[in-house]
This record gives sequence, C-alpha cells and structure tokens, in this order.
Amino acid sequence: MTAAAPAAAGTPYTPAGPSLLTRAHWAVTDTLTITRRNLLVWMRVPAYIMFTVIQPVMFVLLFRYVFGGAIPVQGVKGGYVNFLLPGIIGQTAAFATFGTAIALAQELQKGVIDRLKSMPMARSAVLAGRLVADTARMFVTIVIVIGVGYAVGFRFQNGAGLAVAMVVLATVFGLAICCIAAYTGLAIGDEESVQAFGLVWLFPLTFLSSAFVPIHTMPGWLQAFANNQPVTYVIDTMRAMALGGPIEANLWKSIAWLAGIFIVFAPLAVRAYKRAA
Amino acid sequence: MTGVSSGPAILVEGLTKSFGEVRALRGIDLSVPRGTVLGVLGPNGAGKTTAVRILTTLLRPDGGRALVEGFDVVRQPAAVRRSIGLSGQSAAIQEELTGRENLEIVGRLYHLSWPRARTRAAELLEQFDLTDAADRPAKNFSGGMQRRLDLAASLVGAPKVLFLDEPTTGLDPRSRLGMWEIIRSLVAGGTTTLLTTQYLDEADELADEIVVIDHGLVIAAGTSEELKGRVGGDVLEFTVPDRNRLSDAADAIARIGEGEPHLDKETGVINVGVGGRGSDALIEAVRGLDGAGVQTQGLALRRPSLDDVFMALTGHVAEEDGQQDEGKRGRKRRSGDSKTAGRAS
Repeated sequence: MTAAAPAAAGTPYTPAGPSLLTRAHWAVTDTLTITRRNLLVWMRVPAYIMFTVIQPVMFVLLFRYVFGGAIPVQGVKGGYVNFLLPGIIGQTAAFATFGTAIALAQELQKGVIDRLKSMPMARSAVLAGRLVADTARMFVTIVIVIGVGYAVGFRFQNGAGLAVAMVVLATVFGLAICCIAAYTGLAIGDEESVQAFGLVWLFPLTFLSSAFVPIHTMPGWLQAFANNQPVTYVIDTMRAMALGGPIEANLWKSIAWLAGIFIVFAPLAVRAYKRAA
Repeated sequence: MTGVSSGPAILVEGLTKSFGEVRALRGIDLSVPRGTVLGVLGPNGAGKTTAVRILTTLLRPDGGRALVEGFDVVRQPAAVRRSIGLSGQSAAIQEELTGRENLEIVGRLYHLSWPRARTRAAELLEQFDLTDAADRPAKNFSGGMQRRLDLAASLVGAPKVLFLDEPTTGLDPRSRLGMWEIIRSLVAGGTTTLLTTQYLDEADELADEIVVIDHGLVIAAGTSEELKGRVGGDVLEFTVPDRNRLSDAADAIARIGEGEPHLDKETGVINVGVGGRGSDALIEAVRGLDGAGVQTQGLALRRPSLDDVFMALTGHVAEEDGQQDEGKRGRKRRSGDSKTAGRAS
C-alpha cells in the first residue's frame, strides 16, 4: 500500500466535456468494450459454452436419431434431416436469448448495471453491447449446428447464396427475440423468474411451430395457432431458402413480424434499462 | 469542466425521495468540504443508500437539490459522473475476468486509450496490493481482495469525489482493517469522500464529520467527539450471564442511571449513561446488583462510544439483524421492504 495517494488525487485522466461527435464515437467504442467483455466472460465459463453450443447439438441428434424416424415428411428432398435443420437453427436462435435475459437480470441483481451507469460511459452501450455479443454468440452456434447437421446427413439444396440468406434471417430473427428477452430480463430483474418465464413463452412459440414436425400432423385447433405465428413464418422461409420452394410470401410475413417485434420491444428494453435503477 | 472551484464538494439541500408509501428520505441536508470525509451513519433502511444513489445520478430525487463538484445531479448528470467514483454495495467487477482485465475494461469505459487503460490498471493493481493476483479470475479472490479490486475500479477515472457505500460490510475483521488503511491513504491524497456505514467504529476511525441518519432524516451531525458529548458522560456496562435475570438487573440499577438502562437480550449486555458520577455510580451499581442477587460479568465504566450516541439519539441500536442490505437488489420493492422493516423494529 505504498504511495497510495497520488493516483487518486491527480486528474490526468479525466476526459474533457464531450462534443456530439465525441459522444457518438464513445457510443460505438463503449458498445465494443462491453461486447468484448461479454464475449470474454462467455469464453471463460465452460458451462456457458456447454449451454449455448452443446444443447442445440443435442437437439439435432435427438430429433435426427430418436424422434426423426417417427415423423413423416413428404416431398422433402433428403428426408427428415433436411426438414429438421432449418427448424433446429430457428429454435437455437430463439433459445440463445435465454442467455441475454439471464445475463441482464444477473447484472441488475449484482449491481453491475448500477456501477456502469455511474460512469461517464455511453448509456446505450450496456444494452447494445449485450445484443451485439449475444448475436455474435448466436451466429457461432448456428454455424456449429450447420456443421453438425452436415455430419448427420443434412445438405443445402438451393445454392450457397440462399444458404447464407438463411443464416442471415436466422440471426436477425434471433436478434428480434433478443430484444424481447432483454426486456423481460430487465423488467423482471430476478434470475430464476426470468428463466422460468423464458420457458413459458419460448417453448410454446418454438415447439408449436413448423420447426420440428409438419403442421398438418397436429390437431386442427393447434394448426390454427401454429400456421399463423411468426416462428412458423420465419422457419418456413428458412426452409425454403435451404431446400427450395416458394420463399416470397413467408419472407414478407417474417419481415413484417420481425419489424413489429423490433418496433415494440427495442424501445421497451431501452426503457426498462433506464428505469432499472 | 472545473465546476465551481470554491464551495463544498457535495452540497445537499432538502433532499426527499419516496418509494410508494415509504418515505426513504424526508428532507436531508449535507455539506462536505473539499478534501474531507463525511461519514453517513445509520441502520439498514435509514436512507443511506438512497442518498448515495441520488448523489451518483442513479436515482432522481422527488424534491430538494444535490450538487457534486458544483454540478446538479439532476440537470448535469454527465458532468457529475465524470467527477465521481462509486464503490461498495454494488459490484463493478466481473468475476469471470481477471483483476487486470476488469480494470482495463473500466479504463476503456472511462475513455482512456488502450495503452493508458493498461498503465492505469497496472498502477492501481500495484497500489492495492493485487499485482500478484492480477491475472487470476476475480472469482478466486478473497472477499477482501474483491472489495479492493472494486475500490480500484472506482478510482480508474481519478475521481474528485468518492462515494463508498458500506465499503466493509461483510468483510472479516482483518480485511476490514486493511480496507480502512487504504481508505485513509486515499483521503490523505485529498479525495473528498462520502462514506456510509452501519459501523460506528468505522465512522469514528475514518470520518472528519459524521451525520447520523435515521428514517430518512439527519438526526445529528458533528465530529465524533461532539457526538459522544451528546451522551453526556460515562457509561456503565456489564453482562448478565443468566438471561432470565436481565430485567431484575435492569431494575436494580434503574435509579443510578441518567436515563433508562438499555438491555440487549441477545448478548445479555446492559448499559446505562451515568453522567459525571462515575465511581459513585459504580459503587451503587455493585450494591444494587448484589442486593438483587444477580450475577454479572465485566462490570465497568467506559467512555461513551458512537453506539451509545446512536442509542441515545434514536432509542434503538444501530445494527439490526435479519434484514437484507438496503442496497441489495429487488429494487423499488426491496427499498420498500427494508424501510418498512427498519421502521417496525
């Protein structure tokens, strides 16, 4: 504890009052700093990697080898594994947002968000950095799931361009769900409740869709829901991009839904962040 | 950017804040001259953390005003944030990252360049005796080390005003002493500090001036000596090993004290202010207790402590058990709960 005083007393590091341009610059660099921090944390904790990567891989194997044989699909080139992969990727993107909600709730609970808010950093950076890092994480997971898919027999049928488009759509879909998750995480603010609540809305939304089974095999009343919800639109679009078939109608519906989710939940998440004090 | 160069570093006037029904702050005034330490003393739920959260721009007050380094916390929050450091109940450290990474990231968030952020992190690790552990994940740090790292993080921006919200709560006695030493050296360097604490000895050790807060009001202010003067003389204290005889013992000495004797049912300790009649009171107490047939341990006269001050001012003891820390999460809900609990006990 020698010479403790001078560092605290001097002010050589205090930045000057910022201009608008400087503030915009800080908003970007602060977001990147938070992104870097979040990705470092993710890479340091084996359990996080397990949760984000191993779980979707298990889903691939489970549906490919355990349930897959019992699920009839007609008119799909390459059979169930080709039908399955776009669905699993959509589900993976949606489930990756559990991490978003839980991390924000934890940071709120531990007081990390408080501390960041008491610093002269850009206020948007905590949320933006979280979304950027989680989207990057999600992207890596999607690529890994595609790799595992190839190992168990999946093949893109529709060219590289549309395969890339499918990954892009899945990522944008995940980002939209991330906004909902960020809002729930900050609004609920308690890790366990956030986790439980996540299951309540994410499970039905992903499983009562075209992700794993053809919707016509469901009872009629369920078809009514499954046919008209956003996850089905997104996954049908992804499937058409990957395997062929009409894309446009479902793509427009997907875009409309995703835009709607952004318009509603991004401001809600920002507001919840501002209020979380 | 220099703010107002004269005038106090922290000025608070008539600050109020309610959470629903609960009035956390009921109009407090504070003034902290530059380069001094103000100790804000009070039990859980007194309003200490609420005050710190308003002063660090985390919470908007309902009424009154607060200036830090001459900047208004409501109208100029960005300028306030550039002037302050906050450490204590809310943790800035990310446990999965190393001590060094934590400080470098905070440095980047204070908009230091990478090389400067690195240098600053190294300086602070050295200053806080964390160099050896710098490259281990912070989750492997002891409680005291984590708290030091957290304090280091609050100093990355070389703040003019430092807020320490219960900096030693939950630390073992040895880490606590270490923390005191660090805080003293910071203060010696001229950093204005506002320190909240439930520990009276901590305020006694570190603060130039002390304000006592209870139920959202400042109930006393002054130096530690001035506050002790409020008790008006010596304190007679002893322990009754047989808890069933506590009230008998209190009755036996009821006449000799200046006020009501205070009983602690948990520890069996009884104390009472005896003013200037030290030795006479001691003799009377021995006679009285002997006559009542109550066994005692460690019967003695002592100078009043801040605990006695708190007791004399509020009629209840400073530390209350069984409650969540005021600053722990749960937010508005939490604040309400702890305040209600604080009032009820």
